[in-house]
Amino acid sequence: MRLSNIASTFKKCRQEHRPALLTYTVSGDPNKKKSFEILKAISSHADICEIGVGHNCNTGDGKQIQNSTYRAIKNGIKIKDTFAIVKKFKKTKNAKPCILMGYYNSVVQYGENRFVRKCKQVGVDGLIIVDLPWPENRNFSKKCKKNSINFIQLLSPTTSRTRMKKIIKDSHDMIYYISMLSTTGGKLKVSPEKILENYNKIKKINKSKNLVIGFGITIKTISSLKKADGLVVGSALCNEISKSIKNRQNSVTNVSNMVKNIRAKLS
Amino acid sequence: MMKLKKGKLLIDQHNKDYLYGGKFGGNYVPETLKKPIEDLANLFEKLRRDKKFLNERDYYFKNYVGVPTPFFKLKNLTKHLGGAQIWCKQVSKANGGAHKIYNATVHALIALKAKKRFIIGDTGAGYAGKMLSMAAKKFGLKCKIFMGTKDIVRQAVNCRAMRKNGAEVVPVDSGSKTLVDAVSECMRYWVSNCDTTHMCVGSTVGPNIFIKICAWSTAQISRELMVQVKKEFGRVPKKLKLINCVGGGSSAMGFWNEFIGYDRNQVELIGVEAGGPKNSKRHAAPLTNGAKIGVLHGALQYVIQDAEGQIEETESISAGLDYPGVSPLHCLLKDSKRARYTSATDEESLEALKLISKLEKGKIRPSLEPAHAFSEAIKIAPKLSKDTIICVDSCGDQKKDKQIIKERLGHNL
Ligand SMILES: Cc1ncc(COP(=O)(O)O)c(C=O)c1O
Repeated sequence: MRLSNIASTFKKCRQEHRPALLTYTVSGDPNKKKSFEILKAISSHADICEIGVGHNCNTGDGKQIQNSTYRAIKNGIKIKDTFAIVKKFKKTKNAKPCILMGYYNSVVQYGENRFVRKCKQVGVDGLIIVDLPWPENRNFSKKCKKNSINFIQLLSPTTSRTRMKKIIKDSHDMIYYISMLSTTGGKLKVSPEKILENYNKIKKINKSKNLVIGFGITIKTISSLKKADGLVVGSALCNEISKSIKNRQNSVTNVSNMVKNIRAKLS
Repeated sequence: MMKLKKGKLLIDQHNKDYLYGGKFGGNYVPETLKKPIEDLANLFEKLRRDKKFLNERDYYFKNYVGVPTPFFKLKNLTKHLGGAQIWCKQVSKANGGAHKIYNATVHALIALKAKKRFIIGDTGAGYAGKMLSMAAKKFGLKCKIFMGTKDIVRQAVNCRAMRKNGAEVVPVDSGSKTLVDAVSECMRYWVSNCDTTHMCVGSTVGPNIFIKICAWSTAQISRELMVQVKKEFGRVPKKLKLINCVGGGSSAMGFWNEFIGYDRNQVELIGVEAGGPKNSKRHAAPLTNGAKIGVLHGALQYVIQDAEGQIEETESISAGLDYPGVSPLHCLLKDSKRARYTSATDEESLEALKLISKLEKGKIRPSLEPAHAFSEAIKIAPKLSKDTIICVDSCGDQKKDKQIIKERLGHNL
């Protein structure tokens, strides 16, 4: 069977003895044009690009991603623009696998079937729907699978072992472990050792699943978690965009440099 | 058409996915909250069957909240309107000045059973926050209240009360700076602190368990009303109309609970949403204005949103009703046609307060939220027969709105 883009990316990184670097930026932040340019620029250093579909009443995002979300919405981002950005991005030379990350109401309003079809059409490789947990996501994740889109299940420190086993059983190529009790953008309040201990427990349940760690990861903390299959950096990048705007600097170069420096920590 | 199940509490009429009528409610929350929600649901299911806990609840309702709240006829208003009789259930006489005390008290008791020392909650009009701060103080819990910065200004009286009770008021400056954003921020805080902290949602909204706890708590109102009505009229009258304002819908759920099983031709349930300023399109009236179904704060419901699913800003003179969504329980009551929903504008609500102040001075002083319900009563009473009994839930005290009313009318009431 042919590996998915996501699975083959992890395979390649494993061969290079390093974790995959996953970036997260919000679609349309700071505006449609720049958010595409940021994607294109960071794609040379990242392995997988998560693209946020912001929602204004989300329950999972901290201040940095909220700021990015409000900025993107204010500057007129629409779902169809996000699909257009992905389509254009996937045609660029260094394009990496794309994961859309958002909230369920965006999918509900677009229509589940239509949303999945459109994702497939523009080249989305995976979906993370933060507020569509297991088992609520059972039907939707099946639809994704049928259309060769990875539905990415989340696990958290509060997830019990029995529940974990069930979730992992229903998961596709990649699983996302939330490092700590936090929204996005929180300070890492758990020791890397503890996070890796939990990580290993999950890996033991099914070694073949690619397990990434996210939440609280910055250039300062990323080296300590290098043992993972993949690491996600999001809020730090969103914050960099906010800072660039404030200091009237070029957000595209600033974010791209940041991702380059983070990537260097993983070699 | 959706059908209600006979002989089963409305809060328990969901399927295994926690959906009412197969399409409202649910638990659309980040993974981190699944476990705390499950724990809370298990605890609550145990407690609501536990005689000792029920006695405890009743003890505090009696000795702390104050039961029953008064029920009486508004004779002058009735005479003035010349139609149906207008009665009032003065829930604002409960400790703290509004129905929010029932939910707050029960949540504080549950927090103790869950061995949590910290409690958090959202607030719009400030009553949910004030009551939670009172209950927290009484039961020795540390309390944080999330409140939109717009509401902190316009409901300063209640905000001061929260601080006096030792609660921290966390200002929420995102989005519309009102209740909807306060609830989002409170849930985010819970995501980060669910290991030590108990969350109270201030109305019958949010993930299923919060809807259940809230409606179960405010149901005290209709238990009292049932006794009072039977005592007054010898039985449930042939033509009874129960009118209540609806924001998230906790007050209305409590007011109606015992009467839902009655035929709607005998007991009509009328919910009044916020129509906003007369010419505004940003009314907080998702049931009245046919909003689409979407996910807000963990539950599917009729919610005011754009085509993309972004939640839209609303506008109302009443901070308590200024919320784009509404309880899945009310969505169920609407689709099963058991309740009827309408809205009143800011102006109509102010007019209602003026009339009440003129005719019933010294008897009742409703806040801007129940003013919406009174406005509907005033609208329909003249057309109805004299043996029709309209009962309005006067669920909030006017003190908190003194400043807004003075600004709008140019004088005090
Ligand atoms: C007095 C009063 N009435 C009504 C409401 C609206 O909430 P609900 O619809 O949950 O009763 C509030 C909310 O703050 C309130 O303070």
